[in-house]
Amino acid sequence: MKLNDFIEEKIAPNFEKGGKYEKFWSIYDSFHTFLFVPRHTAGRKGVQVHDSVDSKRVIIMVILALVPALLFGCWNVGYQHDLALGINDGWFMQFLYGFGAFLPKVVVSYVVGLGIEMAVAACKREEVAEGFLATGLLIPMIVPVNTPLWMIAVATAFSVVFAKEIFGGTGMNIFNPALITRAFLFFAYPKAMSGDNVFVRTGNWWNNDPIEGTTVIDGFSGATPLAQVADGSFDAATYSTMDAFLGCIPGSIAETSTLAILLGAALLLITKVASWRIMLSVFAGGAVMSAIIGACSESAPTVAQQLCLGGFAFAAVFMATDPVTGCRTNTGKFIYGAFIGVMAIIIRMFNTGYPEGAMMAVLLGNAVAPLIDYYVVDANINKRAKRVKA
Amino acid sequence: MAEKKPGVFTGPLWTNNPVVVQVLGICSALAVTTQMKPALVMGISLTCVLAFANVIISLLRNTIPNRIRIIVQLVVVAALVIIVNQILKAYAFEVSKQLSVYVGLIITNCILMGRLEAFALGNKPWPALLDGLGNGLGYAIILFVVATFREFFGSGTLFGFDVIARFVNEAGYDGYQNCGFFVMPSAALILLGCIIWYLRAKNPDLQDK
Repeated sequence: MKLNDFIEEKIAPNFEKGGKYEKFWSIYDSFHTFLFVPRHTAGRKGVQVHDSVDSKRVIIMVILALVPALLFGCWNVGYQHDLALGINDGWFMQFLYGFGAFLPKVVVSYVVGLGIEMAVAACKREEVAEGFLATGLLIPMIVPVNTPLWMIAVATAFSVVFAKEIFGGTGMNIFNPALITRAFLFFAYPKAMSGDNVFVRTGNWWNNDPIEGTTVIDGFSGATPLAQVADGSFDAATYSTMDAFLGCIPGSIAETSTLAILLGAALLLITKVASWRIMLSVFAGGAVMSAIIGACSESAPTVAQQLCLGGFAFAAVFMATDPVTGCRTNTGKFIYGAFIGVMAIIIRMFNTGYPEGAMMAVLLGNAVAPLIDYYVVDANINKRAKRVKA
Repeated sequence: MAEKKPGVFTGPLWTNNPVVVQVLGICSALAVTTQMKPALVMGISLTCVLAFANVIISLLRNTIPNRIRIIVQLVVVAALVIIVNQILKAYAFEVSKQLSVYVGLIITNCILMGRLEAFALGNKPWPALLDGLGNGLGYAIILFVVATFREFFGSGTLFGFDVIARFVNEAGYDGYQNCGFFVMPSAALILLGCIIWYLRAKNPDLQDK
């Protein structure tokens, strides 16, 4: 007997109506459909869709696309740690260190977020929606490595309840829940979200207590390049763009390496999970705005540096392309992407309170996306109406 | 107008609350609720102004020409607000400074004009007094609840008493940080939303059909 047959025949009845564990049906169903292809078939009447790519499979593609950035981010946490202490214990130990710092954050984000989602689904007797699978992994990837776990728990709970469930759950949210988590952390706990001490972990991997026998080397600064831009100590001419592209710089855990993010972007584009229109136009908008700023100021980062630094690439590839909160129309996607790219650079360069603008720009983009769609559709209707008259 | 007297007083406290059911007076509810003390003083001030204004307008209701009733109401309210403001400056200067313009802005509070127009102009002084007290206290209760959450989570204090520092940090745990989000006005809006959510879940009559 195959495992799936066994589950469907022996275990499932317990959870169905009248079964022993009826209350936990949504939890059972979420795990079952996540691991196995569901056997729901359409009835004899009505539309027949022959496609097994449901939203669970789509989200698994997003998670796979996140893996390169994730692995690189783990290594980079360890690498920055070693740089700060002036030691070198090999790439594998560096990766392990970073993985150790990263893993508890993932566990906390999933337990809190999925816990709330499952509780809500169980109350309403609905299926657990799969949206949080990607959000739960994104949250720990976009926070500084020294964020305390309880803050992640509070922010995740806030965003799942107030950015998602009150709008009706997965697929109904106006704002990207992962970015709402980040924005909540940024405004609620500014001390833990910016400054020179939060992006590089100098203590031990589990709670950042100082390690005996080690000292942070003289002259070490954990300031991110964008923090340097904000306080004026950044020098575009001497800064290595290659470091920024590869990602060997301090920053939130998985956002530093543009190369790893582009690998993920390639996967998303090949499988057509993400929209190339949005991705392209975010980068184009950012490049144009950086070029304008670069032409006006000599100390500003170059265009290549602007696109590689901070969370810009990560936001362009994984955040702006969220199909739920972005634009639906094709023309709208170009406008939406360009708007995000331009705003991200403007906020980054002109508001010293916010060294990085990608988060704000995407949230702002989310807010105007329905408006853009409305006018694109409206323009199309007018165009066709004219054609009828003529 | 057919409401019985108890409903006139107790209705606005909860099921017909001016802030969370009629959604009036939101501006000051966002502005003065970062700390509990100003919120409490604001609630009491508004209750006094509203109760007296209701009684005065109710007494004058048959002599006010309809065309200038808004101006008469404004004169009465303005006089009362100035009295309250002077009393606060004399006896509670610190709080008065924190509240700054918001005491003066009671004059533009939508609850006030709403109650004067809708109730005091058509009722006798005694129900008008009850209505004023009920609506004022309904406003004060909501302000107080919101301010309690905001002060506790945002600053770690209650009435200025440092709860977090005394009990959490002294217990040897220093990792806790106050949530700066609660100090922002947007947190008050979300808290108000939560109260409305709770209220509507409890009273199906209030839900939109």
